[in-house]
Amino acid sequence: MECRDIINTLAACLQEGGMNPGLASFVQILLGVVLVTLAPLIIVILLIWVERKFAARIQDRIGPNRVGPFGLLQTIADAVKLIAKEDIVPAGADRFVFNLAPIISVVSVILIWAVIPLSPIHIGVDLEIGALYFIAVGSIGTLAIMMAGWSSNNKYALLGAFRVVAQLVSYEIPFVFAILIPVMLAGSMGMQDIVEAQRGMWFFVLSPIAMIIFFLSAQAETGRAPFDLIEAESELVAGYNIEYSGMKFGLFFAGEFVHVLTNALLLVALFFGGWLGPFVDQVPALGFVYMFGKAALFYLFSLLLRNTLPRVRIDQMMNFNWKFLVPLSVVNVIVVALLLQIVRALGLAPAPELANDFVANLPQAVILLLGNLAIIAVVLNMLRNFGRSERPAEAAAIRKDEEMLPAQAAH
Amino acid sequence: MLELNPQSIAFFIFAAFTIGGGLGVATSRNLIHGALYLILSLFGGAGLFILLSAPFLAAAQILVYIGAIAILIIFAVMLTRSMTRLGEVYNRQWWLSALVGVGFFVLLVIGVILPVFGNLDPNAAPLDVGTTMDLGIALVDGNQFVLPFEVASVLLTAALIGAIVIARDRD
Repeated sequence: MECRDIINTLAACLQEGGMNPGLASFVQILLGVVLVTLAPLIIVILLIWVERKFAARIQDRIGPNRVGPFGLLQTIADAVKLIAKEDIVPAGADRFVFNLAPIISVVSVILIWAVIPLSPIHIGVDLEIGALYFIAVGSIGTLAIMMAGWSSNNKYALLGAFRVVAQLVSYEIPFVFAILIPVMLAGSMGMQDIVEAQRGMWFFVLSPIAMIIFFLSAQAETGRAPFDLIEAESELVAGYNIEYSGMKFGLFFAGEFVHVLTNALLLVALFFGGWLGPFVDQVPALGFVYMFGKAALFYLFSLLLRNTLPRVRIDQMMNFNWKFLVPLSVVNVIVVALLLQIVRALGLAPAPELANDFVANLPQAVILLLGNLAIIAVVLNMLRNFGRSERPAEAAAIRKDEEMLPAQAAH
Repeated sequence: MLELNPQSIAFFIFAAFTIGGGLGVATSRNLIHGALYLILSLFGGAGLFILLSAPFLAAAQILVYIGAIAILIIFAVMLTRSMTRLGEVYNRQWWLSALVGVGFFVLLVIGVILPVFGNLDPNAAPLDVGTTMDLGIALVDGNQFVLPFEVASVLLTAALIGAIVIARDRD
């Protein structure tokens, strides 16, 4: 490698400046790791401001507006407050586990950033098993919340931790099945390969069901409304983080905010062409703009859901997952795999040299899309029939209750 | 002769995780701590897989063992809160498990480590390292491991159905 510019070929430039080759590549890798780790932590400062402004507007308030222009520096003032607060460890708590939990909570999210492709050339590390890596690393977050709930020595925290297992472990199944679709379509688990494979056609067109399942289960994985049973203020006081104070409490929330953005970025990378966009091959830095621009749309949609939907009950949430999302995601994988093989057998799949051509991708995309629309039609029909049989039964139950009431009053 | 390169440093760190975690599991009086040590040990094992150029196995180890099994163990322990502060040894068969553990260790030493000493060939050809794609093909290739793979699938399906049958309401 030769020294062209200081950003992309730092190691080569340092070597030309007379540095030991081993040390030069070490410095390059270290700087890369520090940058990838710090980026989400710096972005989260802005995200909290966005979240608060957005929630405020929905609730007909102004939101933070005193510290700095438009209240932009409010989060920094809050962070200073959090750091200055007294660090309380409750009596009977398991001190080591108690202190470790918030760290693991943040680390498990930041580790995902290692494989997010931000532009054609900017990715922490393009692992061969990228998609599997972020599923594996993300599953550690469950552990952090369980550690927090158990070590606090508080029954509400423990109850919150129990809900976490029910929720996060269950929603991981449709999450993984949804990721299987882009992996199957791209024929690779590497994140850059998945993005590159969408040059002809975004995977959203090929399987909208997978995209919707990914978005919904990602929303549940982050514990956002309507799936925010982990930290249900009105039922569990707060949930797993009830005993935490100061910056340790803040770390859980920083982890959650980063996780929402991370899931939006993953959604864009897996289904909406990642950094692909006009002129991105000539100016790789444009990849950042496309990637974060697309992700911002889904981030804002997630905020909209959070601020406008009521919380579901735990039985509704489990029913929705196990009786709806899981069967749907399994059927979707089977149908897409089958159609993909049929398309290839019929020779309708784009030839390797035409893989980037929009028109060459059309036959395959249309067939897969029709397959997905057929699934949607069947599911909607089943839901309608279910609703028709369910509503009279519920109405009858309510009538029965009402008849009981006067009888009891007479007693 | 052992060289001190980044790989060997990483190896010793992960080996320390694995062995230290294992010791913690065996000696910890607190079952939750024991489960957390188990996670540390499994994490060290995943690191060793990466050093052996098997990233797929490493990710599978974290996903399956840490993300699912260890969390299930912690969940089960949390439901039995009195078990978290064990004051006495209540299992009388500890010597049997110690015997089995030591016996298995000796077996491994004899079977794996012993042949390495003595006839270590410095000019040995490097092992042909397979990719994740090779692994995937091997699992569905008729000449390789398709039968064990399918048998495992049937076993898992049977376990799944069995769990549903046990958990179902009698009426």
